[in-house]
Amino acid sequence: MIKIRIHGRGGQGVVTAAELIALAAFNDGIKAFAFPVFGVERTGAPIQSYVRLDKEKILSKEQIYHPDIIIVQDPTLLGEDDTLSGSNKDTQLIINSEKSGQEIEKIIKSKIKEENIFSTPATKIALEVIGKNLVNTVTLGIFARHTKLISLASLNKAVKEKFSEKSQKIINENCQAIKLAYNYEKKQ
Amino acid sequence: MKKEKILKNNKKEELLEGSMAIAKTVNNLEPNVVSAYPITPQTHIVEELAKFKADGKSKYEYLLAESEFAAASIILGASAAGVRAYSATSSQGLLLMTEVLYNISGLRLPVVMTIANRAIGAPINIWNDHSDAMAIRDAGWIMLFASDHQEAANQHVLAFKVAETLRLPVMVNVDGFIITHSYDSVIIPKKTDIKKFLPKYSPALGTYLNSKNPITIGAFFTPDKYWIERKTIHRDLDYAKKTINSAFNTWQKIFKTNSSPLSKLNTGLLEYIGSKNAKKIIIAMGSMCSTIEEVLKQEKNTALIKIKTYRPFPFEEIQEILKNKEQVFILEKSIAPGSQGGPLFLDIASSFKKEKPEITNYIVGLGGKDVSEEIITKITRNDTKKLVNFL
Repeated sequence: MIKIRIHGRGGQGVVTAAELIALAAFNDGIKAFAFPVFGVERTGAPIQSYVRLDKEKILSKEQIYHPDIIIVQDPTLLGEDDTLSGSNKDTQLIINSEKSGQEIEKIIKSKIKEENIFSTPATKIALEVIGKNLVNTVTLGIFARHTKLISLASLNKAVKEKFSEKSQKIINENCQAIKLAYNYEKKQ
Repeated sequence: MKKEKILKNNKKEELLEGSMAIAKTVNNLEPNVVSAYPITPQTHIVEELAKFKADGKSKYEYLLAESEFAAASIILGASAAGVRAYSATSSQGLLLMTEVLYNISGLRLPVVMTIANRAIGAPINIWNDHSDAMAIRDAGWIMLFASDHQEAANQHVLAFKVAETLRLPVMVNVDGFIITHSYDSVIIPKKTDIKKFLPKYSPALGTYLNSKNPITIGAFFTPDKYWIERKTIHRDLDYAKKTINSAFNTWQKIFKTNSSPLSKLNTGLLEYIGSKNAKKIIIAMGSMCSTIEEVLKQEKNTALIKIKTYRPFPFEEIQEILKNKEQVFILEKSIAPGSQGGPLFLDIASSFKKEKPEITNYIVGLGGKDVSEEIITKITRNDTKKLVNFL
């Protein structure tokens, strides 16, 4: 079983990100269980959501305390105690940041090693393509590339399904941003 | 996890939010009247039902009420007029309906409601527990509890069948947020399958309000008659166990879903999960049963009795299973302040006439406190001498 914990702030689409991973995995034939933990709902408050992926039916409904993968949508959350709690040397960190993996390893006092830190400036990509700081889909592009748990095609399909009631423009922009994030390091 | 090893999902499965799975199932059950007042966390259920109506995907009348009291009164009226009626609510909203709930059962109206279980204030708390359901447990309704999306979908089908067979109201309890707001694989029962199980609702003339054959319902009962009516409800709820079990078995044959590999006994009332020889037994209800089942993969000396029907309470069935068991752990998400233990504990403790196993009560998950695998493992290994424990 793969356990994923997503950290972001109210309004950043933390819950939607978990749902999109689950939908994309489901499209790939993997069992998925995704759920949010609502705090006091207000814009800017730290929020967590969880996804479990497995080849068998997922039973456990407990919150995720020891994640295999942590996705951080807002780099300022690295300072929060909860963000890296329960991580170990093999935990992968997918983070929206302008900083390099090496710099982040220093900030988090090597709680996670540089080789497991995948940093991409999702905010920059979101501002360029979507025109707003909406990074949840962008970070999933990074997630898909580094974890190989979901395919780009399934992720795009999940975005189309989830945003089916939004405009074609919004769907296109999100898919474009995901593609840019997915290929980001290859360009460097 | 390697992708090539991953099995393909069943084609009929969908990945849905719990609320959406319930709304889709209810829509396929074709109620005539839906009325509700939005309250977190059941809001998504009635939002979806309102949307189906707006999109022309449903035939029911959808009435937005001005309060839960009104929503319950509207479905009471609709059911009294002889049509299939549905609502959903939660927490304080359910409590506001209380007076009407007693009337619905007293009038023998086959209403079905979903309760997205949630704590009750004060203090203010929006999260999951079973305090709301326990506050109305004596209202004379059949009360089902679901542990996951699939069971929730199936129990709604069962609810209408049992309600209309017995002319008794049924509520399906699902854990707020944990089931209503999570995404899981679920197969939504199709209309074609439902039609094989649940006939079109057509009560006999003279059993409902109709100007062609006027009747009086809810009349005044003097002391010499009132108690007989109340006794009848008590008796009929007890008889309902047979109907619940036979409806469950019939539906299982029509709509086959895979049961757990650890399941040893599965009826409409309860499920026994784990080794038959286990000496320790956990008894619980709702979504925590899934997490307990995960823990049982490691804790092989312990088994689970998942209570699926809380009212009528399957005390005889539980008593039978608990013969020769040494330790019983009752896990529940509610309290009965001032009494010896939680409501579920009190039900089970009173099931025994003579010898009983050692029973310990654990109050867990109040106000959304996570019932983690660690807590459950700790309970199975615990040797506390305290009767009631808060974790």
